[in-house]
Amino acid sequence: MIRDLFSKKRRQAKIPRDEAKKEVPEGIMAKCPECKSICYIKELRKNDMVCEQCGYHHRLTAGERLHCTIDEDSFQEINAGMISKDPLNFPEYEEKSRIDREKTGLSEAIVTGTASIGGYPVVIAVMDASFRMGSMGSVVGEKIVRAVNRAIEDKTPFILFSASGGARMQEGVVSLMQMAKTSTALRKLHEENLLFISVMTHPTTGGVSASFASLGDVNLAEPGALIGFAGRRIIEQTIRQKLPDNFQTAEFLLEHGQLDQVIHRHHMKNTLTTLTALHQPQEED
Amino acid sequence: MPEQLPFEKPVIELRSKITELKEFTDEKGIDLSGEITKLEARLEQLEEDIYGNMKPWDRVQLARHSQRPTTKDYIHHLFTDFFEMHGDRLYGDDAAIVGGPAFFEGTPVTVIGHQRGKDTKENLFRNFGMPHPEGYRKALRLMKQAEKFSRPIICFIDTKGAYPGKAAEERGQSEAIARNLIEMAGLRTPVICVVIGEGGSGGALALGVGDRIYMLENSTYSVISPEGAASILWKDAGEARAAAETMKITAPDLFELGIIDAVIPEVRGGANRDVITQAENIREYLEEAIHSLKKKDKEDLVQERYEKFNRIGEYTYVNDANTEE
Repeated sequence: MIRDLFSKKRRQAKIPRDEAKKEVPEGIMAKCPECKSICYIKELRKNDMVCEQCGYHHRLTAGERLHCTIDEDSFQEINAGMISKDPLNFPEYEEKSRIDREKTGLSEAIVTGTASIGGYPVVIAVMDASFRMGSMGSVVGEKIVRAVNRAIEDKTPFILFSASGGARMQEGVVSLMQMAKTSTALRKLHEENLLFISVMTHPTTGGVSASFASLGDVNLAEPGALIGFAGRRIIEQTIRQKLPDNFQTAEFLLEHGQLDQVIHRHHMKNTLTTLTALHQPQEED
Repeated sequence: MPEQLPFEKPVIELRSKITELKEFTDEKGIDLSGEITKLEARLEQLEEDIYGNMKPWDRVQLARHSQRPTTKDYIHHLFTDFFEMHGDRLYGDDAAIVGGPAFFEGTPVTVIGHQRGKDTKENLFRNFGMPHPEGYRKALRLMKQAEKFSRPIICFIDTKGAYPGKAAEERGQSEAIARNLIEMAGLRTPVICVVIGEGGSGGALALGVGDRIYMLENSTYSVISPEGAASILWKDAGEARAAAETMKITAPDLFELGIIDAVIPEVRGGANRDVITQAENIREYLEEAIHSLKKKDKEDLVQERYEKFNRIGEYTYVNDANTEE
């Protein structure tokens, strides 16, 4: 209306100041993506990054994972500092890897080593989704193979926490072949009658889900973790249907017979201890 | 009318011009043989230029050609007494994978392959050659059977990928693929894999853990389709041509990367031109592979297969400081 033009009440768009935009100050407070409750990061850390209100499992870095899973000071890293070459001379790959190394303090998307859990010696591998989405390239494949070999040498169980978007596109078919490489290594572990526990954490998808992560003697997952082969969007486009909210969650997989149990983070260490105890070598008659 | 691909348009145009001139000669009785000979020489040169310098994207299109020979075509031309076996004994039968025992040069073998269709109707039945978990489980059942009866296994790989569907996820697509990888790794019988068309990601690899991996000259093998790579890299699926080059997905590329054992030559212009000659080209490689692999001790075979895949990957150390091992 014309009258509005002369009205004294000018309607102005409010432009919030940048710092006001952030709902929670970074580094001090954290907001739960599930229940939206806000809490101190310090408190969250004390609770192993599990939301006090709703039990949402925040992502962990490899270091945090080790801290809340294994016996204190028991970790001895193996093959530290291994980094990928650039087999395809892929644009920007080396640069992006370098940036991720600086950002995360990791050399690659997986940390491997020996440790003890509840007093039992194990070989453990932990993936970290903050490095190149935890994607599997040459280094992830090679470090898993070497960790498996170490478990065979030491005759200990092998425990792997996966967190990965799948194959690393920048390494092309070389990354695809890591699926076969890790699986053939696990075959050796299997032939030695050694235990492999696969723990799938958020997210475990694509080529990682379709290789070593699905091959545990025991397959476990954390609550709410996204686990699946094909991406949700691709499936929705292919079948032209909306998928249920719980599709490809740990609980969904449990219901469909793909997992042995879904284990809360607070119970993970005890569970792994029990499973390891159950699989100690028995004297043959 | 056979499908024409953009890159071969000049060849097809010239060829039809020659045909036209020949008809003209016959009809009007005018002698144009000089012209025709000249043009035929030019055609030869043009074919040489075009098919001798194929770009990755040209090969992608040939690999996807609707009339490209499929697994069943090669079974028909290379094997006798093929007995198709259906079902995974767990859930159902997946028409996107076919397999069963057959004779190859008088030797019993098990042949398994992805099966796509050549027209819409057949493609719907075959789900465009994109398997569900039951397809992979059927393949594994047949492989285990081959091992039991000491038959070499021949796998033809030809799929865009495992089917991205709801039911496939519910029934454990990931587990089905992973299970094939670990079980194929331990098969105590020779396994020979031939990529005959598209080798799409994990869905292809699930038939791909072998002692020999061959690719037809114009086939592809990749972790993601060129379109998929382009949409991630440049947020534009239209850049697929560039992605096909960057991703190194052609047979010559994979041979150079040391992933495959050999490139099987194709009939000039693509396998779709002459399936019989193409089958003979494949036969040579299968004969040689079966002959040399059958002589091997079974434990050595499995160990060498392990080492073959264990070698794949390129890594170094930060500051070259070799920390351990």
